[in-house]
Amino acid sequence: MTTANGVEPESLESESAARERVGAVVGGSLSRGLDVRLEAAPAVENVKVGTFVTMQGRFNRFFGIVTDLRLDSSDPRAGLAVAFGGAALAEALSGATAYSTASVSPMLTTSAEGEAPQPARSLPPHFAPAHRASPGDVAAVFGGEDERHIWIGSPLDMEETRVCLNLEEFVKRSNGVFGKSGSGKSFLTRILLAGILQRGTAVNLVFDMHSEYGWQGTSESGYAPKGLKQLFGARVSVFTLDPDSSRRRGAATDVDARIGLDEIEPEDVGVLAATLGVTDLGAQACHTLKERWGDGWIAEFLARAPDELAELAEKIGENAATLGALRRRLRVLQRLGFVAERAEGGGVVREIMEHLADNRHVVIEFGRHGDNLTAYLLVANLITRRIHEEYRRRAERALATGGAQPTPLVITIEEAHRFLDPGVASRTIFGTIAREMRKYRVTLLVVDQRPAGIDDEVLSQIGTRIVCQLDNDRDVEAVLSGAPGSRELRGVIARLEAQRQSLMFGHALPMPVVVRTRAYDEDFYAAVGAAGANLSREDLFG
Amino acid sequence: MSSAPSAPAAAKFGEVIEASVERLTGQCHALYDAPPLGALVRAGDALFTLVDGVSTAALDPGRRVIARGAGLDSESDVYAEHPQLERLLRTDVTLTVVGHRDGGRIFRHLPPSPPRIHTFLYACSSGETAAFMEPADWTAILLSGALPAADDVIAAALRQAAPCFPDPRAFLMSACRLIAAQLPADAARLAAIMRRLPLDEPGV
Ligand SMILES: Nc1ncnc2c1ncn2[C@@H]1O[C@H](COP(=O)(O)OP(=O)(O)OP(=O)(O)O)[C@@H](O)[C@H]1O
Ligand SMILES: [Mg+2]
Repeated sequence: MTTANGVEPESLESESAARERVGAVVGGSLSRGLDVRLEAAPAVENVKVGTFVTMQGRFNRFFGIVTDLRLDSSDPRAGLAVAFGGAALAEALSGATAYSTASVSPMLTTSAEGEAPQPARSLPPHFAPAHRASPGDVAAVFGGEDERHIWIGSPLDMEETRVCLNLEEFVKRSNGVFGKSGSGKSFLTRILLAGILQRGTAVNLVFDMHSEYGWQGTSESGYAPKGLKQLFGARVSVFTLDPDSSRRRGAATDVDARIGLDEIEPEDVGVLAATLGVTDLGAQACHTLKERWGDGWIAEFLARAPDELAELAEKIGENAATLGALRRRLRVLQRLGFVAERAEGGGVVREIMEHLADNRHVVIEFGRHGDNLTAYLLVANLITRRIHEEYRRRAERALATGGAQPTPLVITIEEAHRFLDPGVASRTIFGTIAREMRKYRVTLLVVDQRPAGIDDEVLSQIGTRIVCQLDNDRDVEAVLSGAPGSRELRGVIARLEAQRQSLMFGHALPMPVVVRTRAYDEDFYAAVGAAGANLSREDLFG
Repeated sequence: MSSAPSAPAAAKFGEVIEASVERLTGQCHALYDAPPLGALVRAGDALFTLVDGVSTAALDPGRRVIARGAGLDSESDVYAEHPQLERLLRTDVTLTVVGHRDGGRIFRHLPPSPPRIHTFLYACSSGETAAFMEPADWTAILLSGALPAADDVIAAALRQAAPCFPDPRAFLMSACRLIAAQLPADAARLAAIMRRLPLDEPGV
C-alpha cells in the first residue's frame, strides 16, 4: 500500500501520488452518506468498514469514513447469466455490470491546504475521485503529537500513521472507554492516563478496582504491563486498601488507606442501599442516627446490644425491626478490612486531597476488595464526594477572588455502570459530576463493559467516547445515544476487531475514526517516561 | 506499435465498389479470395473495417448461375471443365467501418468521409491488427448498430485478433470487460458473445 510508508508528503502533488485511489463518488446524500463506486480489484477487497477516505472536489477536499459496503449490479439477471457463463464471464462482469459500492459518511471538509478542517455541510461533486487517506490527511485532521496531543493509535490498515488525541479538549468533558471484557479498555485507559500525566493536562484520581493501573497489571499474552507508579515514580501516589495484596505483588505503595466508620455518612449508605439490601426506611433511619450521635453514629449504633434496640427505636421514633435490619447491614461495612473505628489523622480523604493539590496523581488500589462491590462503591463514592466538594469550594473561591483555578481533575472509575445506573445515578456523586460537566474542573473517565446499564442522561453528557468491540445491541445503542450519524456508526462498531481496536468519536476528535490502539510496551514507556524502566526507591517515593 | 519485421505486410485482395461512411462493399480480385468473417481490413491508407459478410454470385446480376456438376465426380472437376467460371463469378465482401487513421493516430470511430470507389482493400498484418484492436473501443459501433450478426462479427474479430497479442487471453478479457461496461443491463448478451470466444482453451 502506498500510504503506509509513514512519510509526510511535502507537496500536494507528491501527496496525491502517495494516495491510493479507491473509486469515485456516484451518488448519495449528506444525511445518508455518499455512494463511492469502488474501482480496481484491490480496492474492492481492501476497503473496509472504518477505512478513512478523502474525496477531492474542485474546490474542497472532503474527509469521510466508510460505514458500509455493498455489492451492486446494473443487471438484475447478471447472476443468472454467470451461473451458466462460467468463471470468465464472472471476471468480465465484475467491476462493470457487477460492482462494489462503499457508503461513506462525509465528516469534514477543507477548502485549502493547511486550513483547519470544518464539519462537512456540502458535498463533493459527482465522480469526485475517492482516495484512501494519506498520512498527511490523518495529520491534517487529528494533528501531530505535541504538548497537547497524544499519539493513541493508527487508523485502520495504516500501521505507520498516527492518530492523535487532543488531551486538553479531552479533559474538558467526562469521557468513556467502552467495550466488552478483553477488548482492550484497560490498555487504552493506561495510555490515556499516562498521556495526561506526562503532559500535566490534569491530575488523575484512579479507582483501581482490579489493581492494574498503579503497579503492574496482567495481560493475556503473559507480559506484565507497567503501572503508572513504575513509569512516573514520585509523581504518582498509590493508596492501597489491601496492603497484604500489594506487598505480595511486590507493588510499591505510598499510603495504606483506611477509612474510619466516622467518615461514612448517611448518603454513603443510601448509595449502597441496593447492594447492601438497606430499605428506604433504613436509609432514612441513618439520618436520624447521625443527627443523634454525630460523626460517630455508626460506631455508636453498632455498639448497642440487640436488646437495646427496642428502647432506642422508641427514643428516636424509628421502627425496631428496621433498626435491627440496618444494624445487620452496617456490620458488613464494619467488617471490611480497611474500615477502622475512626479516621486516623485528618482522614484518608484529606491526605488524597493534599497529594492532588501537590499535583501528584493518586491511584487507589483495591486488592482483594476489588471483587467486593460494596467496598468499591463505598470507597469510590465516599472519596469522590468529598474531593468534589473540596474542588467546588476551591473553584468558587478562585472565581470570587480571581485566583488561579485548580488543575483539572480526572476521576477514573471502572465498572462505571454500577455508579451510574438509572436507579442510583441521581444519588451518586458521579451522576452529578457527569451532569455538571466541568463547572468545577472535575470530569470522569468511565471505563465500562455494560454501557446500556448507564443512565441515559449521564451517557449523553459523555464528551469523547472510545468504543471497543461490543456485542450486545443495547450496549451499542447506548454508546451511540445522542451522537450524530449514529445509524452509520452502528455498522462500524459491529465490525470492530475483538481486541485493540476502537471507534473514537465525540468532543475531542474532529471526526469519528477507527483506531488500532498503539502498543503499550517498552517503546511506549520510553516515550512517556523520562524515568523509564528501573526506578530507585527515591524515584518511587520522592 | 509498428508491425514486427518478420510479419508479412498487409496483403491487397480487392477494391471498394460501393462506399458510405459506415459501410463498404468490396469485390475480391480473385474468386473466393476473401478474408474471413471478422478480419480487419484496411481500405486504402486510412480506413479500418471489419468483414461482416462474404458472398459469391454471378458477375452479371442479370444472369443466373446454373448447376453444372450432374455428370461429374467432384466439385473441383466442375471448375476444371468450365475454366470460364473464374470470370463469370465474383466474390464480394461487406465491411463495417470501425475506425480510421490520421497521421500517426488511430481513431476507433467513424471517419469524416467514405473512401473513393476502387480504393484498394488490404487484409491487415498482425502488427496492424494488434495496434488497432486494443483497446476494443471499436466494439461500440457494432454493439449499437443494426447489423443482425453483430455479435458474431465481434466474436470473430476478437478470435482472429487474439493470436496477434503476446497474452491473447488478457486481450480477450480486457475486451470483454469493455463490452460489459457498454452493456450494463445485458449480461446475457455479453455471455452470448463470450461463449463464442476460446477463453477456456489452453494456449489462447
Ligand atoms: N494497546 C495494547 N497493547 C498491547 N496489548 C494489548 C493492547 N490492547 C489490548 N491488548 C491485549 O488485549 C488484552 C485485553 O486487554 P484489556 O485487559 O485492556 O481488556 P479489558 O477491556 O480491560 O478487559 P476487562 O473488561 O476484562 O477488564 C490484554 O491482555 C492484551 O493482551
Ligand atoms: Mg480491564
